[in-house]
Amino acid sequence: MNASEKVSQARPEWPTEDGASRVPYWVFQREDVAEIERARLFNGPVWNFLTLEVELENAGDFVAVDAGETPVIVTRGEDGELNAFENRCAHRGSLLALEDRGNVKDFTCVYHAWRHSLKGDLVGVAFKRGIKRKGGIADGFEMSKHGPRKMRVEVFEGLVFGSFDPDVESLKDYLGEEISQRITRVLGGRKPVILGNYIQVLPNNWKLYVENTKDSYHASILHTFFTTFELNKLSQKGGIVVSKNGGHHVSHSSVDAAAEKGKDTYKEQKIRSDSDLSLSDTSLLENFKEFGDDTTLQILSVFPNFVLQQIQNSIAVRTILPKGPDSMHLKWTYVGFEEDTPKQRKIRLKQSNLIGPGGYVSMEDGCIGGFVRRGTIGSPDDSAVLAMGGYGIETSDDRITEASIRGFWTEYRAKTGL
Amino acid sequence: MSNLTQIRDLTSLIAMVQGRYVHTIDDGDCHEWPDFFVDDCFYKIISADNYARNMEAGLMWMDSKAMLHDRILSLLEANVYERHSYRHILGQPFITSVEGDELESETSFMVARITREGPTDLFVTGRYVDRYRVIDDDAKLVTRIVVLDSNQIDTLLGFPL
Repeated sequence: MNASEKVSQARPEWPTEDGASRVPYWVFQREDVAEIERARLFNGPVWNFLTLEVELENAGDFVAVDAGETPVIVTRGEDGELNAFENRCAHRGSLLALEDRGNVKDFTCVYHAWRHSLKGDLVGVAFKRGIKRKGGIADGFEMSKHGPRKMRVEVFEGLVFGSFDPDVESLKDYLGEEISQRITRVLGGRKPVILGNYIQVLPNNWKLYVENTKDSYHASILHTFFTTFELNKLSQKGGIVVSKNGGHHVSHSSVDAAAEKGKDTYKEQKIRSDSDLSLSDTSLLENFKEFGDDTTLQILSVFPNFVLQQIQNSIAVRTILPKGPDSMHLKWTYVGFEEDTPKQRKIRLKQSNLIGPGGYVSMEDGCIGGFVRRGTIGSPDDSAVLAMGGYGIETSDDRITEASIRGFWTEYRAKTGL
Repeated sequence: MSNLTQIRDLTSLIAMVQGRYVHTIDDGDCHEWPDFFVDDCFYKIISADNYARNMEAGLMWMDSKAMLHDRILSLLEANVYERHSYRHILGQPFITSVEGDELESETSFMVARITREGPTDLFVTGRYVDRYRVIDDDAKLVTRIVVLDSNQIDTLLGFPL
């Protein structure tokens, strides 16, 4: 079935009695659902993650990114303030920025040289008065009434977020205290250094990756790297945090220091393996104490499409960008910090083998969404079941639960009206 | 730069070694892939954009032959993905410098991916930025930086490039 045929059929109703415990597959397949998401999510009262503030140190610095499917320019203005606006000329809609990043005085469209300030205001029209009193722009044309759409911009711990809705609640309120604290735990008080960035193109609807990243249940089952090499025999404890409205989450695990007393050391354990398979170079698992706690893993998501990841000392931010109903971009930014010693930096770089498109514990996530897309293609009206850990969306101290996925769908339905 | 005969000999040596290299990954036993490297080798996959900006991280970042072994072991024994294979097409090696028993070279490549039920897709293009050590009639990789032309990777990166 191609996209236009999907649209021509009336959109089914969500089986309301099922709440967030059932997710109909049509929600991943339909162009009309993507339209609603464009209007009510990405252009609506949500905060889109845009970039790291460290990318925009000086006046005139800009990056070209995306908010949902909308191309956006983020700038540092002459006044030191951050601005974000559509990457779209006020005149006939061409892209304004044709590079990913740079430093500029303004944005002059290549098509007809209409000029836009770092704040996204239209400030110049080529041949405005015509040539020799002939031609030129219509009388009464006011530049201030034309221009690309602007976003509200707020920054938290060096993360730059933008919203197209001027009435969206403040970023602080949007995140809430618990999520904010967990972000501060990773990024607070330090200056990040970008170690790399990549785009992973996934053959599936963006929400399948959101589900995956919120799914603490699959981690030890799908990702067999740690179990095959018996690298996580240490007593782990962990849990999930689901924000009040369900939209954001944190999955975390830590070494249970008390339960570890009297056992073999970590190093001894990871050398031995029941499956007779072991790593030849265990330096991959070397780590350093970076946080004032025993948390070895923290995956945090902000509704609708931002992820902050800490896996040991591997820190990355991920943005989940829709590209129509059947495709998405997963944008990875690998992060270190200015304060890293050379040894610490090397540990981070080594651990980056765990993550990304070829990561030991993440490569499976690249294909699983495609498996779901292909598996469900003939059954738009059937549903996925989310019954692990009951049917609620509560915070819990175990991770064999799908509460954070149900939380996402609760907030998704509230925001989209689906 | 050394004389033409020497460069021609080295070019054909590197072309021979690289012919075996791609055969090993695409059609042979990829357990043998690490044997193309010296013990304290460095192997990294990075995009051209990240390479130009001196970004430190890579899609793979390995600083020992043992880590290369582990990559293959994990790929064959631990990781989960749909059955697929790669087909490497290499350009001629371009020797950029020779110092003692070591040389630097660059080689363009294209890699197609063939997935279980899918067609043949162009997966990545790029160049190898290499440092080889000539040992008897063979050459081993001291450093291989795999510089991908695009910043985008489709689905996942499994086998080495």
